[in-house]
Amino acid sequence: MPLDGAPRRSAQPDGRAGLSERLGRAPRVVKTLLRVRRVALAGNPNTGKTTLFNRLTGANAKVGNYPGVTVERQEGSVQLPRSGHVELLDVPGTYSLSARSAEEQVAIQAIAGLSPIERPDAVLIVADATQLTRNLYLVLQVIETDVPVLVALNMIDMLEARGLSIDVEVLSKSLGVPVVAISSQSGKGIDALRDALDRVVADPELGRPGARWLPTSKELEADVRAVDAVLPADWHTGEAQRRHALALWALMSLDEHDELQGASRELRQTVAERRALAHKSGREIETEIIQGRYAWIDEHAAKFLREERPAGLSTTDRVDRVLLNPALGFPAFLLAMAVVFQSLFNGADPAIGAIETTFGWLQERINALLPAGIVNDFICNALIEGVGSVLVFLPQIALLFLFIGIMEDTGYMARVAVLMDRLMKMIGLHGRAFVPMLSGYACAVPAIMATRTMERRRDRMLTMMVIPLMTCSARLPVYTLIIAALFPPSMIFGFLPVQGLLMVAMYLFSTVTALICAAVLGRTLFKGPKVPFLVELPPYRMPHWPSVTRMVWQRSKLFITQAGGAILAITCGMWVLLSFPRAPEAQARADAEIAALVSIEDPAAREERAKAIESTRAGESLRASFGGKLGHAMEPLIEPLGFDWKLGVGLLGAFAAREVFISTMGLVYGIGSDATQDSPSLREKLRAEKRPNGKLVYTPLVGLSLMVFFALACQCMSTLATVYRETHSWTWPTFLFVYTGVLAWLASFAVYQIGRALGFT
Amino acid sequence: MTNLDTLSPGTRARLISVGGERAFRCRLMEMGLLPGTYLRLVRRVDVGGVLELEVRGCRLTVRRGEARNLMVEPA
Repeated sequence: MPLDGAPRRSAQPDGRAGLSERLGRAPRVVKTLLRVRRVALAGNPNTGKTTLFNRLTGANAKVGNYPGVTVERQEGSVQLPRSGHVELLDVPGTYSLSARSAEEQVAIQAIAGLSPIERPDAVLIVADATQLTRNLYLVLQVIETDVPVLVALNMIDMLEARGLSIDVEVLSKSLGVPVVAISSQSGKGIDALRDALDRVVADPELGRPGARWLPTSKELEADVRAVDAVLPADWHTGEAQRRHALALWALMSLDEHDELQGASRELRQTVAERRALAHKSGREIETEIIQGRYAWIDEHAAKFLREERPAGLSTTDRVDRVLLNPALGFPAFLLAMAVVFQSLFNGADPAIGAIETTFGWLQERINALLPAGIVNDFICNALIEGVGSVLVFLPQIALLFLFIGIMEDTGYMARVAVLMDRLMKMIGLHGRAFVPMLSGYACAVPAIMATRTMERRRDRMLTMMVIPLMTCSARLPVYTLIIAALFPPSMIFGFLPVQGLLMVAMYLFSTVTALICAAVLGRTLFKGPKVPFLVELPPYRMPHWPSVTRMVWQRSKLFITQAGGAILAITCGMWVLLSFPRAPEAQARADAEIAALVSIEDPAAREERAKAIESTRAGESLRASFGGKLGHAMEPLIEPLGFDWKLGVGLLGAFAAREVFISTMGLVYGIGSDATQDSPSLREKLRAEKRPNGKLVYTPLVGLSLMVFFALACQCMSTLATVYRETHSWTWPTFLFVYTGVLAWLASFAVYQIGRALGFT
Repeated sequence: MTNLDTLSPGTRARLISVGGERAFRCRLMEMGLLPGTYLRLVRRVDVGGVLELEVRGCRLTVRRGEARNLMVEPA
């Protein structure tokens, strides 16, 4: 984050000494006065943590990334009556602090303040009152690390319906830290929580030391002591309790397969030794620790928790009887997915159309206002075009995240993950990958953003790398043009339309390829330790609308600010590529020809001629541009696929967005950039185009090869920019571009060469 | 004693042992599936190949293949 790392200016620009220098004699005072207090917000998944975060921080969250990992970091400020402004850091939801991967390690780093994350002044833990004992497992772990703790006991209004009652005071006394009962959904108890947080921040001793579980056996104590002695020096500053907690953490987390950072070799060795030693005497350290904590919880729970099994079925049970029913569940699921998909595919159209119309109008206005020339061209065709091509994704992003928000908040997303698990397991993924992959059929950009709903980096990366293979809606106009131009309508076996079958075949082809790629990549590049697929099925709830709309807004904003810049820059780059070097002679000739048109009397005819001349000129300029030359230079590379250099230019244009292929081809053939997949003139041109040797360029075989290329190549700058934004590195977009490019080339090569060998032209 | 996958829906059982790889066992146990814990098989979701369990008041799903590592005693 720039704020943390930015060098502090020691003097003001006007020469006055800065605040810290003026108070230089009392640096400690400055430190306590100016240092922003930090509170970490932790909790199990599905505990209403995000809703509470939103309630406490209002609408001012900063979204960034935890250093070194692709885990999102949300931070917001809370205004407290006495302590003033406090930064609240949202820690990823987790059932335990134990970790296997660098992503899971974020939790212990954020709570215990291990490098590179600053130590919080207090930890606010959200615990689900309806599942108290399991939630207390995390609470105990956090208390062990010796940070001041405040517990927010959430969903307090649901206790009665579940036949539970909790004595909050006794709970607080047992844990030795303050506990406030709240309902993040209704807002009940939030003021009391704010007040309690204020007090704990002002006086940390209120939240410490808390009750803790300690190893009960001599052997386990010895294990902890041995590990404690070899903890890395930067993990602690000597505090005994914290060391003890971190030693327990190391015993639980480190093993030969983990991907954890910062553990020294000595520490790893000691953990392995103690584990082997325990094994020899028939003990298992992990089981002892987990069992010990749960035994502590169960023993104390008897004092504050009363359970009576409620009579009859809960609402959730009744709903799940239908939604997870063998006969009804799947149709209901298909219906839900159809609604999501249809909305993405068609529902966003009016908004997308409105954005395109607005930007088209803007281009026309500016074009009319400014004199023709390079400035006009740059503003219209690079800047406005670029901003337009960023904004045009917003309707689909907003819609998808609206659905994801609703499905997550109601609890249906967990059911989707469960229903789809068997299918997704076959390709080395799990049920949570389904919604992002399905969204890929509408557009890869929101789909890639939706991979956020998966916790593991490996799963997320793998899904991201195959989503662009799904047939997105931008490929449809390209397929439509090629099929309409090169495959005359006819029937196979007298009743199957060739054109429709080809379209279906393209969908099947891309789906099968994506599944194969996922299976292959998952077993090679993204091979990782197996993790159990444990999905919690939370009770159904009404969505908390402010949180849903906030997520929609946040995702849209992140896309614009982070992927938008890259898309705009690439659009400008493409513009340079396709408009330079300028062709002044062609322009002068076209101007002269247009001037000579005054002799034509009919204004409509005159306009038509002028447009034709202008289109020819634009085609000439494009052919003379760097892009045109690059197309020529690419020819040897794409010739084995059956493509000529003009198609090469079209492919370059398609990098801006696949459907731009059509308008680029329109330009190349001098028909004008307003060509669409339905333009008869473009179809005619394609059908008539001949090679220097007199043979047709566009045969059905070339058409097939071209469609296969489009199906596989990730030639979409917006997708690549989004992968960049999600992974924070250019490595993955580059990998994606190269691997899909190679795959596309090989597949098209095979289609064209095998086709020719079989005697097709 | 039998494995979890053989239970019929609605059955309550006591967990006897958790087998499988270390990390897998830890994850299950940390979520409350410890030897000695009582659980209930709520339903089998065959479409997804998973079992829904109720343990410590929460609902969890486990893959059928993974459930075979959990030995239980019907109660």
